Amino acid sequence: MAGQRLLIRGGRVLDPSTRRDEIADVLVEGGRIAALGPNLPADGAAVVDAAGCWVAPGFVDLHVHLREPGQEYKEDIASGGRCAVAGGFTAVVCMANTQPVNDDPSVTEYILDRARQESPARVYPVGAATRGLAGEVMTEMVALVDAGCVALSDDGKTIMDSGVMRRVLEYSQLARVPIITHAEDRTLVREGVVNEGPVSTRLGLPGNPATAEVVHVARDIMLAELTGAHLHVGHVSTAGAIDWIRAARERGVHVTAEVTPHHLALTDEATLGYDTNTKMAPPLRSQSDVDACRAGLADGTIDAIATDHAPHAVHEKDVEFTAAPPGVIGLETAVPVTLDLVRKQELTPLEWVRRLSTNPARIIHRPGGSLEVGAPADVVVIDPERRWIYDPAKGWSKSRNSPWAGQEMIGRPIATVVGGALVYDVERGVLLP
Amino acid sequence: MVLDDVAIRRALVRIAHEIVERNDEIRDLYLVAIPNGGVPLARTIASQVREITGIELPVGILDTTLYRDDLIARGERPPLRRTEMPSAVDDRVVVLVDDVVSTGRTIRAAMDALMDFGRPRGVQLVGLVDRGHRELPIKIDFVGKNIPTQRGERVELRGTSGDLEGALEVVVHGEPEGAAEARA
Amino acid sequence: MMGRDLLGIEDLDRADLERILETAERMQEVGRRDVKKVPTLRGRTLVNLFFEPSTRTRTSFEIAGKRLSADVVNFSPSSSSLTKAESILDTAMTLDAMAPDAVVVRHKVAGVPKRIADALAAPVINAGDGAHEHPTQALLDCFTVKQEKGRFDGLTVTIIGDITHSRVARSNLYAFSKLGAEVRLAAPPTMLPAGVESLGAKAYTSLREALEGADVVMVLRIQQERMEGCFFPSIREYAATFGIDRKKLRYAKDDVIVMHPGPVNRGVEIAHDLADRRPSVILDQVRNGVAVRMAVLYQFAGRPATREG
Repeated sequence: MAGQRLLIRGGRVLDPSTRRDEIADVLVEGGRIAALGPNLPADGAAVVDAAGCWVAPGFVDLHVHLREPGQEYKEDIASGGRCAVAGGFTAVVCMANTQPVNDDPSVTEYILDRARQESPARVYPVGAATRGLAGEVMTEMVALVDAGCVALSDDGKTIMDSGVMRRVLEYSQLARVPIITHAEDRTLVREGVVNEGPVSTRLGLPGNPATAEVVHVARDIMLAELTGAHLHVGHVSTAGAIDWIRAARERGVHVTAEVTPHHLALTDEATLGYDTNTKMAPPLRSQSDVDACRAGLADGTIDAIATDHAPHAVHEKDVEFTAAPPGVIGLETAVPVTLDLVRKQELTPLEWVRRLSTNPARIIHRPGGSLEVGAPADVVVIDPERRWIYDPAKGWSKSRNSPWAGQEMIGRPIATVVGGALVYDVERGVLLP
Repeated sequence: MVLDDVAIRRALVRIAHEIVERNDEIRDLYLVAIPNGGVPLARTIASQVREITGIELPVGILDTTLYRDDLIARGERPPLRRTEMPSAVDDRVVVLVDDVVSTGRTIRAAMDALMDFGRPRGVQLVGLVDRGHRELPIKIDFVGKNIPTQRGERVELRGTSGDLEGALEVVVHGEPEGAAEARA
Repeated sequence: MMGRDLLGIEDLDRADLERILETAERMQEVGRRDVKKVPTLRGRTLVNLFFEPSTRTRTSFEIAGKRLSADVVNFSPSSSSLTKAESILDTAMTLDAMAPDAVVVRHKVAGVPKRIADALAAPVINAGDGAHEHPTQALLDCFTVKQEKGRFDGLTVTIIGDITHSRVARSNLYAFSKLGAEVRLAAPPTMLPAGVESLGAKAYTSLREALEGADVVMVLRIQQERMEGCFFPSIREYAATFGIDRKKLRYAKDDVIVMHPGPVNRGVEIAHDLADRRPSVILDQVRNGVAVRMAVLYQFAGRPATREG
């Protein structure tokens, strides 16, 4: 398949790695970008008509839950991989909170093996930072990274013990990967299930204060500063945390951050109808937090957009709000939802692509995020104007827990190429494997 | 307008005389008005009976809304009106007073309601206007005026100054069912 | 405009509230008759779906339903048995099979009545959900105040206690402020929820200031088991600072009335001798519950008849 020749013709090429933004053809051959320029001859290559569309390096999602091994009824590597390419992502970084937890190289190898067989997207596992995500004893980080892990994280749980977090950050430098923090101080969150404020008070549901995130981000930044390690803040959601990250970066602390589409697009008011598909961790926040997330993404304080794709079965979400597991699926809606920032001119198309491809690839030190000749041919073609109704039942995920079900979307990937192979076509669906 | 205040008053005076003639034990009578229109009518009849006989009849108000047979299916619930039954109905002859009697369903509801208040010796019915279209076997004992109407038209007792405290009139409005279609 | 369900006072406007209160006055008259029953809901089925036990509220709805001639079915799955195996949707579908004309729902988690309403054809009446709303309690409280004071405009209503965890406080806050009264909330700072003033009330941590000139004092129940040591240091300290007795009541108006949604913790949030004598009207509240719930059932129960053929 890597030998396939493909000509992506006539699109607006957006390559943040070279700041290229021009109409051009892209020729893919031997799994790599073979040529880029105007009016390239097809010479028998399959042609993707990209007229009126954007051609970008494939998107890299730093934060997904593929649920395999252990919870394949929610999602598995095959279905999650299909969601990815249908959403324009050529690579996904999958969190360690599987069953068993990816805290051992054997689990990492299993995930990579399944991905090679079944996923049309590249899969980069995250190893657990502590054994069993218990926040107590650090994992064999070097072995996990040697097995293929690109980062370490206890995501879903929080390392509450500051002493443990300090050692994890210190030791991670031996493994040369970032530590991704799920920053929520559990002693402040307690029973909280919605952002604490007027909305939680109206709903009568326990509040989760913004301060629970800010306190934790501040602590982790101080520990990153102390240790010199690379801290990556997962799904940042509060103005306060973004201020801390901005100030830390100005001081030279090695901290990067990501934000989810839902924290960029929705406020806690989306929860007013008690829809459990608006229950996330961290929760949807206030308008001023959403504004801060968008501003932080625009000014570069937040490096990347990551979906936190978190599939849960219908029967798990169809319970009392407090009992429902947090999280939403997001791979297939990230492009239209975040294109809103481009439409509102908060991001240029090029900078939008950078936050979805070039920046996340750099954070995990993996190739990608570039259309330079010779780069791996991971490419996405996006029609930024295409209107469609999102129906999770017709999507590629095994789960349906989306806050955007039934809504009209503007913008959609129409073709996705991974390693030179056309793996998704909007008319024909996922093509490989 | 089909009845003005003078005509209404004349009809009620006649009805008061008929009630007195028809009943032997005037003291056992109990006027029960069906709100809202029946209330001023019952009060006028009571004062006429007092003028004729010197006897002060009790006047009750009995809202029939909770006894209607079309209530729950309607969706929007009509407002309830005040019920005031100052005397017991047991062994009294109750004279129900309504402004406009048509299908008879309101009178059926009123009788059911009345039975929940006790066991009257008899029930008689005053209707200021009988507009026909009866759907139940209900007969008016004392009628003010027969006004034949079409379905779709509405007959209403109203006060000329907005409330039912002063001068009254009976008007017909709306148009017969099918009239609009016939015109079109 | 009233919708199909009664999920919260937040959804109602002043005219809706006034209409229900007026209907309740008429229903109170029915309750004074020898035969305290009218045929309004004859042949209709009312389901009391109580996931959280509450004998008082359930009984009040049951009597209200029976006075309107409805067939009343009590369905009380214990919260513990409602595990993941039986979802809210399963429960709703089971209920729908009984073709009820109204479902009264009580649940310990906010939002469950709304989720059930979304899934059911029958109208849903919220009988209390978590810390969200308890609309019929607020309506009976308003009804009691109307009977005592004859008006709402210009009244000051002070609600005292654990506002954070109280559905009664929220529903009353909406109801009294929509009806034109000024609503004050008084509690230790740990029991005032975030942003509560955005709901239309003024929050106080000084009981004395909150009581100054109050016409109505509403005392909330303290959940002792859950609260002590977490939201306040001890029952003794709570009783001393926010417990209501005749002495503290002197800051309020001379003709103040004292209300409590029950059941009362005597000597904790309210002094023993205040619980059952004037100016307390707690027993009137209980009595008024039936008339108000009859009014609510009158307004909300019943599905539009489906025509056959």
